[in-house]
Amino acid sequence: MSDTLVIRGVEFRSRLWVGTGKYRSFDETVKAIEASGADVVTVAVRRVNITDRKSENFLDYLDLSRIKVLPNTAGCYTVEDALRYSRLAREAGVSDMVKLEVIGDEKTLFPDTAGLLAATETLAKEGFIVLPYTNDDPVMAKRLENAGAAAVMPLGAPIGSGLGIRNPYNIKIILEAATVPIVVDAGVGTASDAAIAMELGCDAVLINTAIAGAKDPIAMAEAMKHAVVAGRLAYRAGRIPKKLYATASSPIEGML
Amino acid sequence: MKLRVNGEEYLTESATLLDLLGELRIAPERVAVEVNLKVIKRADVPSLSLREGDVVEIVNFVGGGAPVISWAVWGYRQVAIYGAVGGRE
Repeated sequence: MSDTLVIRGVEFRSRLWVGTGKYRSFDETVKAIEASGADVVTVAVRRVNITDRKSENFLDYLDLSRIKVLPNTAGCYTVEDALRYSRLAREAGVSDMVKLEVIGDEKTLFPDTAGLLAATETLAKEGFIVLPYTNDDPVMAKRLENAGAAAVMPLGAPIGSGLGIRNPYNIKIILEAATVPIVVDAGVGTASDAAIAMELGCDAVLINTAIAGAKDPIAMAEAMKHAVVAGRLAYRAGRIPKKLYATASSPIEGML
Repeated sequence: MKLRVNGEEYLTESATLLDLLGELRIAPERVAVEVNLKVIKRADVPSLSLREGDVVEIVNFVGGGAPVISWAVWGYRQVAIYGAVGGRE
């Protein structure tokens, strides 16, 4: 039973993707990634420290033959910046894949969807595999897909909020209409949130803060791994419908 | 020759981008470079000459998800959320 996620010909062994920000040390980052079983890690594009060349890079500690590096455009508030960072990321990395963020508001980190759509269109035309981070808005998800997004990454809740999947019905509608993979990005707080995203039928979940910010990030990474696997299996197994009243599981026949 | 590298004024004898990276002890395959806002294709790095006043940006990948939300903002939002729920129900 093969259940591999494929995005534009790129195969993913894991449906859990992890971010690499906010960890306390490189060592913890690497151990958490290992425990999560993820084969995708997101990274940001930042200036090299040219005055202190001894500063290490955590990528030196990852097995890059096994783990895909997915650059993001975190921190970009304009289309121009997002395009600039994406183009730099392509030259710094090994693939055309980019997790596109155009942030619209500092406090909520909600996406600027108008800018996101424009940037998606431009980058798709330049041959990028664009994975835009967007709202849980079915109309925008479809528009991003039509603009050339290779997958769409709706938020479950604001980045780093840990509020879980706030609008499962919207995610469900997005999934119904989508012909590209849907990856929930942002909002997961604990394992059950990740399981819910997968039970809804999402193709993958991207988690950073819920793991990095947990009291024991390595244990939480493992919990997330199991939650994503369990959620995916439950989705494929097909859950029973929800009903208001009881249905007996034991036979009535043969009772005294 | 005077350049601007990663936001700082930088004096160098390096005439090419490749020499500059060598001088800074940066492995070219680990970074991306922009000169005067133009992203340099990896294949073009060895042949690119630098000129007086060039603005060079050298970037690499760092650990990152999203920018950190400050605890002050988080505290504010937590209050706002509980407030809204309490008000409605």
